[in-house]
Amino acid sequence: MKRVKPEPRSKIYWALSDFAVLTKRSMVYIVRNMDQALSTVFMPIMFLMLFRYVFGGAIETPGVSYVDFLFAGILVQTAAFGATYTAIGVTTDIRRGIVDRFKSLPMVSSAVLVGHTVTDLVRNTISAVIMVLVGLLVGFRPEANAFEWLLVLGILMVFTFAISWLSAIMGLLSKTVEGVQWMTFVFVFPVTFISSAFVPTASMPSALRAFAENQPVTHVIEAIRSLTVGTPMGSHGWLALAWSLAILIVSYLAAVYIFKRKTTAN
Amino acid sequence: MAKSKYAIQATNIHKSFGKLEVLKGLDLKIHRGTIVALLGPNGAGKTTMVRILSTLLRPDKGAVSIEGYDVVKDAHSVRSIIGLTGQYAAVDEYLTGRENLRMMGRLYHLSKEDTLRRSEELLEQFDIVGAADRYAKTYSGGMRRRLDLAASLIATPPIIFLDEPTTGLDPRSRLAMWDIIQNLVTQGTTILLTTQHLEEADRLAEYIVVIDEGKVIAGGTADELKSKAGRERVQFTFERDSDLKKAEKIIDGKTLEVDKKLKGLSVSNDKGVARVRQLLEKFENEKVRVTGMSLSKPTLDDVFMKLTGRKATHKDSHDESSDKKEAQL
Repeated sequence: MKRVKPEPRSKIYWALSDFAVLTKRSMVYIVRNMDQALSTVFMPIMFLMLFRYVFGGAIETPGVSYVDFLFAGILVQTAAFGATYTAIGVTTDIRRGIVDRFKSLPMVSSAVLVGHTVTDLVRNTISAVIMVLVGLLVGFRPEANAFEWLLVLGILMVFTFAISWLSAIMGLLSKTVEGVQWMTFVFVFPVTFISSAFVPTASMPSALRAFAENQPVTHVIEAIRSLTVGTPMGSHGWLALAWSLAILIVSYLAAVYIFKRKTTAN
Repeated sequence: MAKSKYAIQATNIHKSFGKLEVLKGLDLKIHRGTIVALLGPNGAGKTTMVRILSTLLRPDKGAVSIEGYDVVKDAHSVRSIIGLTGQYAAVDEYLTGRENLRMMGRLYHLSKEDTLRRSEELLEQFDIVGAADRYAKTYSGGMRRRLDLAASLIATPPIIFLDEPTTGLDPRSRLAMWDIIQNLVTQGTTILLTTQHLEEADRLAEYIVVIDEGKVIAGGTADELKSKAGRERVQFTFERDSDLKKAEKIIDGKTLEVDKKLKGLSVSNDKGVARVRQLLEKFENEKVRVTGMSLSKPTLDDVFMKLTGRKATHKDSHDESSDKKEAQL
């Protein structure tokens, strides 16, 4: 058989090509995996309806209407849950032997993680836009100008990218797809609910309140809330970015390290 | 390329997972352009060995060179000359057959033109053209395996590892897979495959390495191993005792075994169907009434019996899955 030779190009060219090829691969899931697409959109819409019309009437939000208060919370929760598809994707790839296959190729095999996280980022951007439109339909009245909207998008993207890399770690550590779904749920559920997403933290018992007011998800929510409906920004904006970047960098390094260790070192 | 006499050379490979010693000093030498089968029961260490040879695992001790490249120190070079088809059909379910192949071509760092050309060649060669634009999740088991194997051939690697290539396939797909593998060898590719079935090793491999509990316990051609395990035997049963007596006289060989109770006998048979026909003709001429006939081939169990004095360890499905888990750690 006539041998086909690899095309001689620089290492950087091929590394970028590996990222692009695997991002493209994960990206088709957005459209082709209908179960995933539907749950990404319908879950947050249901939460929005639930809090807007069922619980909302009983919750006091000084200074703003409940739907305006709620919106930042729902947006961030959507992004946080949406960022866990990386975990499922990574575990599935390991289980199916796809990661093994990539490891046996002359490529940057951790590109498989980049593919999943970048795809989460794109998917979450799409679902954020959908959420804004649905929000407007149910009475959300933002005051943000174009620049403030860009800031909202920026904060949200850095945050969701960070959570995706964190969930890549969970995907690498988990043995089964069911297991990783639980692991991400057990993580995302408390950090999004024990925050200022749905109720003002002032109504919580003191220990819970201390956690809720100082954890990163609350900073991200408060920053977006301030940009959209004009609640006080305080130090939330900087803290949101600082936390997100810190989680992103630490998780990225840890995920790549675990990926390499888990699949070759021993 | 640093040429060595062997395409694959592994020396004294040791590998443990925690306290479990999976490989205990395994040696392997494979000449270029040959097909070798690693034969052994579940848990013998076959998959672990393939994972070491294909750079997915590092050996605790020992060295492996693939076409002169060290699998640990020069893993990248090794990866560009090997193709690996694992126990699972590792294709992307949400990509079409064609997209799967193109993705693999680019990940092997082939040019775009070569990737397109090779993808179409392989779709043709592996009979996937008709399903090329369907998602791989709609493929049958046999088709997935074919796509999986095609994907590992996209860069025409001179060395291919096939880890249990026909496990879980129905008989027809298995035959199709065997044909494909046999064709590869005629093209000069070096192939190492693992299997639990002597029949498969016999059919495909020029040389068989039998491993058990992480060590090589025998090596040879299929015929050499079978002669250790005993030949194929042919059994006849007869209508009456007098038929049996006549038949005993007709055959009268050293390997004859008679079972009076069943009115049957068996004799070793190394000349295949020709010998069976010959015997049946003789029975016919002597008016011996035959009621039944069967052939039995020596199996992995028989080889194991001879080599180790015990049966090939048949583990239950639980052990099998834990074995796989260990191999993946």
